[in-house]
Amino acid sequence: MPHRTFLAFIWPSLLAMVLFIAIPILSVGYQSLFVEHPQMMTEVESCGPFGCKTERRVDAAAMSELRAESPMGRYNGMGTYTNPSHLAFDEVGAAWRGSESFGQFLRLVMNLPFYKALFFTLAYTFIVTPLVIVLGFCIAIAVNTVSARLKGPVIFFSLLPMIVTPLIGALVLFWMIDARGVIGATLQQVFNDPQLSLKASPTLTWVTLFVYGVWHSAPFAFVVFYAGLQTVPQDTLESAMVDGASRWERIRFVTIPYLMPLATFIALMQLMDNFRVFEPIIGFSAEANATSLSYLIYSDLRSGDFPLFGSAAASSILTIGGVVILLTPVLIRTWREFKRKG
Amino acid sequence: MKDFLKASVAITALLASAGIASAECGIEKGSVRILSNDFAALHAIATAAETCASDTVKVTKNQTSEHKNIQVPALTTNPASYTVAVIATNSVVPLLTGDLVRPLDDYVAKWGQDLQESQLIRVDGKIMAIAFMANAQHLFYREDILADNGIAVPTSYEEVLAAAKTLRDKGVMQNPLASGYKPGWDLAAEFVNTYLGTGGEFFKEGSAEADINNDNGIKTLETLKEMSTYMSPDFVTYNANEMRPIWEAGDIAMQIGWGSVTGAYIAEDSPSPEIAKATKFAAAPTIGGGTIPSAALWWDGFVIAKNISDEDAEASFRAMMVGISPATAEANADAAVWLVKGYEATPAAVGVVADMQGGARPYPMVPYMGLLHTALGDNLAEFMQGQESAEQALADVTAAYNTAAKEAGFLD
Repeated sequence: MPHRTFLAFIWPSLLAMVLFIAIPILSVGYQSLFVEHPQMMTEVESCGPFGCKTERRVDAAAMSELRAESPMGRYNGMGTYTNPSHLAFDEVGAAWRGSESFGQFLRLVMNLPFYKALFFTLAYTFIVTPLVIVLGFCIAIAVNTVSARLKGPVIFFSLLPMIVTPLIGALVLFWMIDARGVIGATLQQVFNDPQLSLKASPTLTWVTLFVYGVWHSAPFAFVVFYAGLQTVPQDTLESAMVDGASRWERIRFVTIPYLMPLATFIALMQLMDNFRVFEPIIGFSAEANATSLSYLIYSDLRSGDFPLFGSAAASSILTIGGVVILLTPVLIRTWREFKRKG
Repeated sequence: MKDFLKASVAITALLASAGIASAECGIEKGSVRILSNDFAALHAIATAAETCASDTVKVTKNQTSEHKNIQVPALTTNPASYTVAVIATNSVVPLLTGDLVRPLDDYVAKWGQDLQESQLIRVDGKIMAIAFMANAQHLFYREDILADNGIAVPTSYEEVLAAAKTLRDKGVMQNPLASGYKPGWDLAAEFVNTYLGTGGEFFKEGSAEADINNDNGIKTLETLKEMSTYMSPDFVTYNANEMRPIWEAGDIAMQIGWGSVTGAYIAEDSPSPEIAKATKFAAAPTIGGGTIPSAALWWDGFVIAKNISDEDAEASFRAMMVGISPATAEANADAAVWLVKGYEATPAAVGVVADMQGGARPYPMVPYMGLLHTALGDNLAEFMQGQESAEQALADVTAAYNTAAKEAGFLD
């Protein structure tokens, strides 16, 4: 295709990408360099139903003047990135110097909010993604062998977890694993431990979140693989049969290599999705035991009286950085294949 | 006879509010747009204010538990999206900080004849908000269970814990206690309550520097932790609202809960009337030999937006005067602990009134309290689950608070 024609076709999407992706990301990046102005405080007497008290208040008039002068706030450079809520360079350094063993160092670092969240996010991404691909593939193979009459309903039920709104799905499961819920109470009976709680124990909360993640995303992998299975060349399969290949050998040496590019695609999508894990944490009220990078952004913006825009922006940029690092190997692989074909 | 009296009082109150409705509040023109939280007392107020609607007066409301998150942006626009924001001790602070509300002295002088001095929230001498109800957490207990086991109504955390132990040892209940220990806002609120009971201050005098990593803070955390050993293993996921079904199922003997929900706990149409009948309230427990209930006192009130026309502001104030009138309070006496003229405490109000009379301290109104509250909510869970020491938890809170306070400009 001549470059001119290519440009003519691509410019509307390019424009949309600049407007809705590039500019917002740049603006978030810019925001992350600023923090709020120093607050001008005054002492005033305030009275209410429970008596009077002299309290410190923000001098609203002085502040609005400051804000009019520089609406972005106070320039903080990379200060927000390196503060204890994010990369915490000082704290990590102190932990390195102050700890006797590597285990102690890890414990100290894991106590820092950003690293705690990063650890869970990575664990979630690297445990859920492969399981989703494997499980999705197995379901697709299984459904493909079901008789034509049953296929419709079976496919529908296999897709249900994806059809259910993520938050609703999480909440349904959340109440089932409550100590008074179906699953929670049964587990207590089975293990004969009245204090067993899927919600309170950190390990079990993590397991619950992983299971939920796989349950929710497997249908996506299933649909993609199932569509791919319909295009597996029948003559290759038949010649494999003639050669005496067993069912497993046919899957291993014909189907899997043929579907490999789809697996790359699913891995790409799932890595991105799982790295942004958020809804299950809210749905399962798992904040106590598991926080993710997205949850940090949410908590910066929502809790407290003042949204911490700088902090949230810094977390966002770090998350984008994380996604880029995660996807690089997959992208390099795709690029090589593209070059080979070209 | 008593029932007859009650009924006639209710009918009179209903008639009285109906009478106000037909009087149309005397407002000529304007638009009243109310933003508020979402609970029974506020529904009653908004409904009463809505009776002021006429051909020339428009009254709309948005009652949502998300009010705190939308109030600042909504009142920052000019004209503001809402003319009235119903706020509480903590949520008024961002509005004052942003200079988004107008002084009400003139309005109070003209139309505030029903108000009492204690309802006026004055900041630096100017009336900035009108309070109409008080709220606080306090003790809920099952009179029948305590009496059956020879336990007196506990007044201190030590007694609560002893009572819980008795109930567990006797095999009456494995987990007799409950409290909103969900990490985040709820757990932080419990810390604030209990810490106030120790007499400690949250900040160093005259500065925004947090001062909680001390004996009072540790005592507070240890008490919370000990309470949790008598709670359902899922205690870390329960907030204030999730305790009611468990209470109604009869699985709890004592809990710390909000005064604003007591009406529902003892309502005659409760799903378990026997339990509702045996549910009683008392002041929040004292802690560590202290003398005041470990509870933060809260008030709920309203402010009028700054960025609206004077006409709308006047209409809004007058509609709210109808909303929080003594008639509304009388007709909904069980819904809240009203600060309104003529209100007399009902059985549902016993706990909050006991807190107030016991000298409980108000929730701090300094602008950086919200940041400390958030830091507490985010960093106490690990201690509660036995994964770190109280000192470490408080150090984490202080570190998180310092970072946030620096970013918000309160600390250098």
